[in-house]
Amino acid sequence: MNLHFLVMPALLAGLQAASAADIIGTITLNGTPPPELVNTAIAADVNCGKLHPEPVTTHFYVVGPNKELKDVVVSLTGISGKSTGASADPVVLDQRGCEYTPYIFAVQTGQKIIVRNSDPAPILHNVHATPTAAGNTEVNVPQASGAADLTISFPSAENFLKFKCDVHPWMFAYATVVDHPYFSVSGADGKYKIANVPPGKYTIQAMHRKASGGKPVTQDIEVKDTDVTLDFTLDAPAPK
Amino acid sequence: MERPVNNPWLNRFAVFTAAATLILIGIGGLVTSKGVGMAVPDWPTTYGYNMFLFPISQWVGGIFYEHTHRLVATVVGTLVVALTRWLGGRPARKPLAIIGSLEVLAGVILPRLNPKLTGAGYFLSGIGGVVLLAAVVWVRNEPAERPLRVLGWLAFFAVQLQGLLGGLRVVFYWDAIGIFHAALAQAFLVLLCAIALLTTSWWQNLRAKIPLQADRLRLRSVLLGVTVLIFAQLIVGATMRHAHAGLAIPDFPLAYHKLWPPMDAVSVASYNENRREVNETNPITAFQIGLQMVHRIMALVVVCAVAFCALRTRRLGSRHPLARWSLFWLALVLCQILLGAATIWSNKAADIATLHVLVGALSLVTSALLTIVAFHVLIPGRAAVPAAAQPAKTPFASAKPAVPAQSH
Repeated sequence: MNLHFLVMPALLAGLQAASAADIIGTITLNGTPPPELVNTAIAADVNCGKLHPEPVTTHFYVVGPNKELKDVVVSLTGISGKSTGASADPVVLDQRGCEYTPYIFAVQTGQKIIVRNSDPAPILHNVHATPTAAGNTEVNVPQASGAADLTISFPSAENFLKFKCDVHPWMFAYATVVDHPYFSVSGADGKYKIANVPPGKYTIQAMHRKASGGKPVTQDIEVKDTDVTLDFTLDAPAPK
Repeated sequence: MERPVNNPWLNRFAVFTAAATLILIGIGGLVTSKGVGMAVPDWPTTYGYNMFLFPISQWVGGIFYEHTHRLVATVVGTLVVALTRWLGGRPARKPLAIIGSLEVLAGVILPRLNPKLTGAGYFLSGIGGVVLLAAVVWVRNEPAERPLRVLGWLAFFAVQLQGLLGGLRVVFYWDAIGIFHAALAQAFLVLLCAIALLTTSWWQNLRAKIPLQADRLRLRSVLLGVTVLIFAQLIVGATMRHAHAGLAIPDFPLAYHKLWPPMDAVSVASYNENRREVNETNPITAFQIGLQMVHRIMALVVVCAVAFCALRTRRLGSRHPLARWSLFWLALVLCQILLGAATIWSNKAADIATLHVLVGALSLVTSALLTIVAFHVLIPGRAAVPAAAQPAKTPFASAKPAVPAQSH
């Protein structure tokens, strides 16, 4: 066997990794977000209410002390067919305390989403994914407490694909499905990191479900062989 | 041999079936108002259980409403099959046996054609079994008059189509089926109420009490037109509800603080940005805003039309049933307007929105029954002269004069 066939691709991959860089940054919110709503329905539910001694609120805008904004999906645009979802680690979507966790997440096309019910008996949920992009199939399956995990994946890219539970109509999660591995979701500190981006010129977008009208905010960026910092500012809705 | 209905128990049974249907519509309304139509992901089983054996301890959250809706629907379906058998009399046994057998057969074949139709197969087998049971009932009762038999068979097919639509909505995730399901429910209730009306002794003796009159006010056409208008209004309402988008316009009587709201893309984006709901409904669209405006305008037209009818029917005499019922009808429609406003002011509270659906159904029923009565006691103006000498034939009765026609 000619070893060149094995060594050369590995060398090339190594060189590319060595020249790739990370895009990092912080997302902040401009303006004051509207107050969150208290979820009275969860407290009124005979089983779910017991799991929440404190009032539960919506989490449309999770904002830090310096206006850092959580749950913003940041991704490169204009790239398709580069998904490594089939070999990527699965993402876990848990149902805990009659809420989906995480509320916002992102996966690649073909990447496995493991859906779990960690709530105690007798709480049962129906996992209801409602995609809108062509090629993605609607799913609605029951999942009792302690039942086996469900595995779901989507073949087409889509922003904020909604998961819900109709048994508990306040339960939602949103999955953004992208066709490449260059994406990130901002954490509670507003920071994001897109790793191993090959050198080149890109357009990068930041998208929140509510801020800036739910529309993507874009910037152009050039990646060379060192990490790049790129911050975004999204707007809170103007007061009514 | 057919004979006029004169059986108070048949009438009571028809009224009971109509009342059960109204309750069913109420529970169905709650299912949509609470957004829990898909809380039971399988059909006709419930979380894998035979629906009649699903543990009561698990009737929680959205499951409670959806599962109850299915159980009450089963009761209504059985009642309607029994009613069809009762109205059809002994001769109905043969067609019931044929239809029941075909349904059981279809129930066996469908799942083999497409696994997604397994639920439909179970459903057809189940309802086919009930129909076969009705066919073997040995009671040798005589059939009712033809109009009642026809209405009975219409209800028979409608209830089964309705059950099938409800199930396929779950299996195939088609929202449009939900709209059709809601509209058919209203028409189905009208059918049952018409049967209930036509089996009353009041109806049987109506010709003896109310002299035939010439319809110089064209009340028959007007009432029929308003009935169609109300039904169209209910379809618009059902389309709004099944968009699962909450309130497309959150204020009333203005719309986004204007008489006519801006519906351009920027404005709609701004509306969505400011929406905050625990049950994160779908984003609203310009179409949905426009639809709610149409619903409001149609509501205004309906109120005016009903008030017009109430005034016109007074000319028949204040004690005429059309005049008296029209006042009740007007009160119902005014109540409906208030409930529509309350639905918005309460941010679409489920109980108020559902009450709005129920009063809407009652408004349609009242309208339809008034139309039926009008066609029974009024004859076309041009036919008034010969009608005075000839027995009148209406769509709801054979040509047997109860009393000589009089003109006022």
